Amino acid sequence: MSEHIVPVRIYVTIFLALLVGTTLTVMAAFYDFPWQFNTIIALTIASVKATLVVLYFMHVRYSSRLVWVIVAAALFWMAILFALTLSDYQTREWLSSGY
Amino acid sequence: MEQQREAGTLGMWVFLVTEIMFFGGMFLAYTLYRSMFPAAFASASNHLDITLGAVNTGVLILSSFTMAMAVYFTQIGKRRPQILCLVLTLILGLTFLGIKAVEYHDKYTDRLIPGHLIPSAPFGPAVNEHGKPPDHHKLTLLTGATLPQVEMFYWIYFAMTGMHALHMIIGAGLLTFLLIYSIKGRFDPEYHSPVEVIGLYWHFVDIVWIFLFPLLYLLGRHLEHG
Repeated sequence: MSEHIVPVRIYVTIFLALLVGTTLTVMAAFYDFPWQFNTIIALTIASVKATLVVLYFMHVRYSSRLVWVIVAAALFWMAILFALTLSDYQTREWLSSGY
Repeated sequence: MEQQREAGTLGMWVFLVTEIMFFGGMFLAYTLYRSMFPAAFASASNHLDITLGAVNTGVLILSSFTMAMAVYFTQIGKRRPQILCLVLTLILGLTFLGIKAVEYHDKYTDRLIPGHLIPSAPFGPAVNEHGKPPDHHKLTLLTGATLPQVEMFYWIYFAMTGMHALHMIIGAGLLTFLLIYSIKGRFDPEYHSPVEVIGLYWHFVDIVWIFLFPLLYLLGRHLEHG
């Protein structure tokens, strides 16, 4: 038995942090921030919550390097998906002839 | 045993990567259409029930916690609390689906199911007029928003929450299987890969919702009275 057992204290802390994150994101949504900050704040809070779930509830923090690589690969390919598609859509207006 | 457990966890992660790509495509579609129709997306989003959405977020987070605790109690070999945690997780998962069903029904009565998915009630919500007191069953269109664009939001809303709900239903089935096996006493500190692996799946579905909630329910709230 060399499996890492995460203490209950950590699970409770993460659970409370997730609830706080949810409350914050709802409160922030009603406040009118300048520019795109409403979206940025919402996505930042969601990413922090997701990271907490992945690291602690899903034990990635205590997992082998191989699991880390697989998670990182997923994020990397998501980034490619978004970067290439958005770079297409964002640059279409540059063409004077339309598309 | 150690190597077997490691292989099982790794296999589940590879499956979850394919799931991330699957949901990733839908998040991409959402991003593109939202950037094209920002006013319509904000208007349509404001019609969603924020209370039910927030409560469901809490329910799902709590269910992730009880799932993590089920894995914990299996690891230390305490069967009764393990079964209790699995039962709680299952009940919370079904609660989520129940609340989701109430929301879907509200959308149905407000004629917000897109296209002709419901032949007797095609998409055609009533719209609040300027200067009159708003009716919360009617849609309030912000400047620049049109109904076909709002319909696009609801296509994406139903595709994403529908696929998420399907994952929840599958998860509830998997939890039932876990429950039967743990009542039979199949899991102990030495062998419990199914609990761990299904736990990973359950947390993944929770993460999808963590992103869906702000992106679908909260995006236009700051524009509601402006």
